[in-house]
Amino acid sequence: MKDVIIIGAGVSGCAVARELSRYQLDICVVEKESDICEGTSKANSGIVHGGFDAETGSLKAKLNVLGNQMMEEMSRKLDFEFRRNGSMVVCWSEKEKTVLEELLERGIKNGVPGMEILDRRQALELEPNLADEVYAVLYVPTGGIVCPFGMNIAYAENAALNGVEFRLGTQVQSIEKMKGGYRVQTDQGTLETKYLINAAGVYADVFHNMVSEKKIHIIPRRGDYCLLDKTTGGLVSHTIFQLPSEKGKGILVTPTIHGNLMLGPTAIDIEDKEATATTAQGLNEVMEKCVKSVKNIPMRQVITSFAGLRAHEDNGDFIIEEVEDAKGFIDVAGIESPGLSSAPAIGLYVRDILAGMTELKEKDNFVETRKGIVRFKELSKEEQNRLIKENPSYGQIVCRCEEITEGEILDAIHRPLGATTLDGIKRRTRAGMGRCQAGFCTPKTMEILSKELQMELKDIRKTGRRDV
Amino acid sequence: MMKQCDLVIVGGGPAGLAAAIAAKKKGIDDILIVERDDRLGGILNQCIHNGFGLHTFQEELTGPEYAYRFICQVKELEIPCLTGTMVLDITPEKIITIMNRKDGVVQLQAKSIILAMGCRERPRGALNIPGYRPMGIYSAGTAQRLVNVDGYLPGKEVVILGSGDIGLIMARRMTLEGAKVKVVAELMPYSGGLKRNIVQCLDDFGIPLKLRHTVVDIKGKKKLEGVTLAEVDEKGKPVPGTEEYYSCDTLLLSCGLIPENELSREMGIAMNPVTNGPIVDESLESSISGVFVCGNVLHVHDLVDFVSEEAKCAGENAADYIQGKLSKVERNPVFVEVEGGIRYTVPASVAPERMRDKVKIRFRTGNVYRDCYISVYLDENRIQRKKKQIVTPGEMEEVILEKTKIEENGRPGKIRIVLEHK
Amino acid sequence: MEKKVLTCIGCPMGCTLTVELEGNEVKSVEGNTCKRGDIYARKEVTNPTRIVTTTVRLKSGGVVSVKTKEDIPKEKIMDCVNEIKRLEVDTPVKIGQIILDNVAGTGVPVVATSFR
Repeated sequence: MKDVIIIGAGVSGCAVARELSRYQLDICVVEKESDICEGTSKANSGIVHGGFDAETGSLKAKLNVLGNQMMEEMSRKLDFEFRRNGSMVVCWSEKEKTVLEELLERGIKNGVPGMEILDRRQALELEPNLADEVYAVLYVPTGGIVCPFGMNIAYAENAALNGVEFRLGTQVQSIEKMKGGYRVQTDQGTLETKYLINAAGVYADVFHNMVSEKKIHIIPRRGDYCLLDKTTGGLVSHTIFQLPSEKGKGILVTPTIHGNLMLGPTAIDIEDKEATATTAQGLNEVMEKCVKSVKNIPMRQVITSFAGLRAHEDNGDFIIEEVEDAKGFIDVAGIESPGLSSAPAIGLYVRDILAGMTELKEKDNFVETRKGIVRFKELSKEEQNRLIKENPSYGQIVCRCEEITEGEILDAIHRPLGATTLDGIKRRTRAGMGRCQAGFCTPKTMEILSKELQMELKDIRKTGRRDV
Repeated sequence: MMKQCDLVIVGGGPAGLAAAIAAKKKGIDDILIVERDDRLGGILNQCIHNGFGLHTFQEELTGPEYAYRFICQVKELEIPCLTGTMVLDITPEKIITIMNRKDGVVQLQAKSIILAMGCRERPRGALNIPGYRPMGIYSAGTAQRLVNVDGYLPGKEVVILGSGDIGLIMARRMTLEGAKVKVVAELMPYSGGLKRNIVQCLDDFGIPLKLRHTVVDIKGKKKLEGVTLAEVDEKGKPVPGTEEYYSCDTLLLSCGLIPENELSREMGIAMNPVTNGPIVDESLESSISGVFVCGNVLHVHDLVDFVSEEAKCAGENAADYIQGKLSKVERNPVFVEVEGGIRYTVPASVAPERMRDKVKIRFRTGNVYRDCYISVYLDENRIQRKKKQIVTPGEMEEVILEKTKIEENGRPGKIRIVLEHK
Repeated sequence: MEKKVLTCIGCPMGCTLTVELEGNEVKSVEGNTCKRGDIYARKEVTNPTRIVTTTVRLKSGGVVSVKTKEDIPKEKIMDCVNEIKRLEVDTPVKIGQIILDNVAGTGVPVVATSFR
């Protein structure tokens, strides 16, 4: 019997796994997809929010502010990319400025430091491409941008390094209470565990409702995004939000951590938990609305578009607690925005919940740092040459747009929880994420995967399990 | 001390090879061709169909055969090449950073550079096609490489969006390999491909071509299951009610080519927003002195023969530059202006003081025009008029400007290339 | 009298050509704008031929590109490709090397168009 099973290898599940891997626990993460970071965690804005937006006293507000504070240290320890670029919320009239003032006040109550309201002139000094209609902005210096894949994968690899078992391609079908824990039926066999942590994203309600009479309901809220070429990444340096609405923070314009420009998301409530298809309507909405906050956006430079599903729970806050009528079953549910920002804090919060249920004994061999895949392009010429001399595969560029070397791709395949698909390589190294969108590197990457994993070309997948 | 080199040629495809040969024949010995792939020939290596070389060799060759003719000359002339080598950076002072497995990261100081990096295909994202992002969507060129070089057929039931030549060629190629190509859809009211390819790649195999159609939805979360086509109106917007679903496991995109000018932009070369290539003068010299440009990185060509021809000019001019023979005229050229539906010209300007006896000016139109004239004016003085039964965006047009005509006229304020309609 | 309609491939005009045939004899060609259209139509309706290009598998894995050395009758295209598909050849392969002497009974050899 396992001590802990975590359902879901998204950023919440992996952050929890990593924090629990400090202790003498037998932990297993069960994930239905063939890789980590395959659901909501792979398709979001990549923003580390300041924390001014969530209702004071809510779990969202508390964990966002804490997660934001932790982000720098975690990005150093786990070697993922993060930058505090600062955010702005724009408004278009004197009347709307009162909403900014409310946000400011709420932010101060939530513990967000350094915020101020800037008039148009002051804002333009920081961000010259703000739209002509922008009247004033709320400036949030603690806002940041992060690589959402890099962060998720970093937490997962560190957890794996510390002994957490990952069962990928394993779909949970049913959960039954049993003496001293839970029996988890999957399509790959049955598992038993003392404690169960439900971090299943848009499916968290399904698993919760298997064990509890107090039902929850998660609605997938789709967000469509457009990503633009790196030549446009300098159009703005801050993350530019519009005044928030009931359904979220609205359409933003932001540089990504890798220097692209990103526009989106929409907020469309849907039924299908798998429906990550963009629609023409959604993409049009993104393009129409983003020009209200930023001007001169070169729409012809869009290189890809995608959609993600936020796991919105009807009550609007995160649900992170032991389920009242299911002892030992901890929900990490309704983790929509600011879920990515909160993830480091969610890890700690769940640890504290578990510590209240059982005694947690620290391991003496916990490794709290993790080294990521070398980012060859960012090294000095001397370091690059040293690396190539040690391993000539770093001298071979595979993805010409992002300048990703064969060495990085081989590392992505062979490290713990290594990539087995084209998307897996893309999210770990950025090979194929550039302006040609894998046009040139697909054949080469397939060849490498085929050779390293001893698979035939026909069995190489973009995403998903071989047998599906 | 940094390694010196008279002429560095970035790219070992048809443009780079022809440029190198021309420069060598003009007496430049210290040349280096830098090619990122592990063999010379560029994209021709995967273009195994025939039809190349009619202008250059008066015979029809396949892509690899055409490339081989040039590779043989490069070998005979003993021109040094580095394959499997990526150019990472070029400075305006012509310091080139290259990298490969063997030598690591190395810097070179060149006297002159020829940019010949070619072009890439427009990705799906740039087309704003909504829907899922499953496996099974490839640019036509990626599929071409998978089939022709790797021997891997990516799917069995195929829809192709875009009727550019690569799309048409791949329709036939996938059919020969046993796939069923259900339809080729084209957004425009005309195909961008050659008539010959429409007949021999589509008609020969009964593959329908749907003009004024586009993909409006993509079905299948992990693997492609099908696409929905719809008719489009004059503005290219889908017409509701015309949707038609095609089940397929493969969607190939052949929707235009973009010159690969990342290096050019980073070194600060002035660019033409219409061609997405550098702005060059009659000597194919860019805004940075001693940096010449040719082939698809300059503007997308229709035939490789014209790439070779253009590259030869670039190579000869670079040789002249290195040998101090290319007169460094004051940069006060005569600009070429276009009218009547012509989108751009290459070159964009002509310096009469240093032009050779003849300069070819190449261009494309933005639409299909029938029964028209292509005229050349020096200011208001018409010096040429050529009747054309048809001009199309898919085919490059050219006029030849003679130095004697300019001398007779006197230095004009501008050169005008005009498409005149009846 | 039989009528055949085809598209001229001589230039971007793509004239629609109408050919009247009696048996295998061309009676008339209409719709062409120039002489090339006439020549093309006569050949295309009586004896359409194509150069076929494809790949052949290597015993060592991968493929090498090949073509028919001359054009072959159009109706033999699929037979030709299917015959080549059944082959597996040894490396090294040289450009111009004969891969098959007489493809699909046409008397035309298949040659490699690249090195492997």
